[in-house]
Amino acid sequence: MIKKLAIVAALGIAFAICAGTASAQDWFKTGTGLGVTKARVAVPEFAIRAATPPALEKTFHDVLWADLDYCGILELVSPSFYPTQVPSQPSEVKFADWASAPANTYMLAYGNLSVEGTNLAAAGYLSDVHNPTAPIALQKVYRGPATDDGARKLAHQFADDIVGRLSGGAAGIAQTQIAFVSNKSGNKEIWAMDYDGGNQHQLTHLKSISLTPRWSPDATRVAFTCYVPFRGITSPQICIYSAASDRLISFPRYRGSNSSPAWSPDGSQLAFMSSQGGDPEIFISDANGGSMKKVTFAPGVNTSPAFNPKTGKQIVFVSDRAGDPVLYLANSDGTDVQKLDMPDMGYVVDPSWSPNGQLLAFSWRRPSGNFDIYIMDIVNRQLVELTRDAGRNERPSWAPDGRHIVFESTRNGKRQIWSMLADGSMPRQLTFEGQNESPSWSTK
Amino acid sequence: MQVRGSRQITFALGFMAVLGFLGGCKKQVAGSRPSSAPPPSSAQPTVSLNASPTSVKSGDTVTLSWTSTDATDADIEPGVGKVALQGSTPVNPTDSTTYTITATGPGGSATATARVTVGAAPAAAPPPTSNNQSMSELFEQNVKDAFFDFNKSDLRTDAREALTRTAEFLRSYPQVRVTIEGHCDDRGSTEYNIGLGERRAQAAKNYLISLGITADRMDTVSWGKERPFCTEQTEACWQENRRAHFVAAH
Repeated sequence: MIKKLAIVAALGIAFAICAGTASAQDWFKTGTGLGVTKARVAVPEFAIRAATPPALEKTFHDVLWADLDYCGILELVSPSFYPTQVPSQPSEVKFADWASAPANTYMLAYGNLSVEGTNLAAAGYLSDVHNPTAPIALQKVYRGPATDDGARKLAHQFADDIVGRLSGGAAGIAQTQIAFVSNKSGNKEIWAMDYDGGNQHQLTHLKSISLTPRWSPDATRVAFTCYVPFRGITSPQICIYSAASDRLISFPRYRGSNSSPAWSPDGSQLAFMSSQGGDPEIFISDANGGSMKKVTFAPGVNTSPAFNPKTGKQIVFVSDRAGDPVLYLANSDGTDVQKLDMPDMGYVVDPSWSPNGQLLAFSWRRPSGNFDIYIMDIVNRQLVELTRDAGRNERPSWAPDGRHIVFESTRNGKRQIWSMLADGSMPRQLTFEGQNESPSWSTK
Repeated sequence: MQVRGSRQITFALGFMAVLGFLGGCKKQVAGSRPSSAPPPSSAQPTVSLNASPTSVKSGDTVTLSWTSTDATDADIEPGVGKVALQGSTPVNPTDSTTYTITATGPGGSATATARVTVGAAPAAAPPPTSNNQSMSELFEQNVKDAFFDFNKSDLRTDAREALTRTAEFLRSYPQVRVTIEGHCDDRGSTEYNIGLGERRAQAAKNYLISLGITADRMDTVSWGKERPFCTEQTEACWQENRRAHFVAAH
């Protein structure tokens, strides 16, 4: 039967460590993560120097706190346990005060903010308070415009550096982007936002229907499904948006319905669905449309391709060739097709491959229920259910750290974008206006 | 040119094989964490209801037939009441009626519906085409959409009947070209529904080809779940959105 323990081990880093924190996670605590300690970090407010407006310090602190709290590998020490004297630079740290009760912290992230003209400088430090003689773990000055948005960016940079140090080198995700579909402008267009929902901005202005965005691996382009004219008929086609030029890059248009583009891990190819030859099948072409090859050959719907991001040699896709739509694996030349059997009937769609190529996230509509997000270990086929009893939960997309998943949910009524840790904990709503769907987490 | 009479069949559908979605969303205690394997529970009942024929004159007899699984009680409204867990019964509707069967069991309940359209006696053939009746009016009167079951692109009997009428019209007006749009209800994957809508449009196209309409008069396109005809979360509304819709091409 479905077991969760092995897959938690496969997830590797973070999830086990989360066990002790959030309440109501009794399903998860059982026997997992034994002996794993989550690093405790104290994050006092930065000292204000020069003429730094307190509002900027508040933004910086709030964003830094949220980034570290949500990173999945740290436990933040409550400020009520902090010593009264907070350091602004390494020479002021009283190590014993932080290392002992009640703070009992291992690491201390601190520093100071100063404004010079229109520029904001954040001097950030990370010290191991149990090793006063060890070299400081991190010290860096971050510079940007003295604006609210600038303060957010500096906090994200500092948070990513801290996470990088404390996770053994795996980069943080505080500077990543999420592309999504929003109808806020009156039409479904492609939008992008920071990973925490900040800085939402519209990328496309096609004024028709744009769907299913996916970031290129270098995060410079977004491939998506666009409704545009072809031979006098408005039909779904493949479009590519370039962030560098803020315009669309040309891609061939075909008869029938074309949708769901997905990038190969080196960015040189796209897999997509096309009914140009009749049945909706999966094709793979160069990113400019050249050298197109059909890779599925079964009657029915074949769609939602995704390359294994680790190898690029395997794809997962959705097919209803055997009845309900379910997931299949195949080599990227179309050979060696394998059905991913599930322990129960239902409708399995929206596959998303974890960055290490070991796990698939997808949405599964079981016969008696709602759409929920699951992950499957593709080697041993073990499953973990991440959402339940909270609206329809669909279209998961992995963060590049392999510890977070973004998805769409109707749990609060309208369809909105949410993220969570990849064990299902810490769900957090990222969009609130209009209807928002189909998130894609950038790979860097 | 003579065109066959058209009763205004707004919506003559056999709601077949409608699974019990309405009863399928039982909430558990809010805030409880998901487990990796759901606890065993009684199976959710399923039920289907079929009406034959789906389109009659007032007073004609219609046969309702139904099957269910995992149910202990079944009830058909309006006007029938408690029934066996599977069986059939004649009804004589005087107005268009949507019959709803509710199957209840230890695992919850499920409903299915079947619509019977009651029309006046067939009208006499309409007057010959005059300048007063534009091509778009004729198209609207004679070209009928085909409706589908959830997650399916197979042509039901009612869809074949509608497409047969459409084929007659297209044979009568060989200059007319059509775009066949495939549509889906709003449940499920955006991407899969684009594929499914295309399959529905192609199912309609292939049936028309089998009736002698040439392929080059028909284009297909899928709108997935993006252009619903109806936006309520009810089976009747979902059914209305699962269709192959005909648009005259210019």
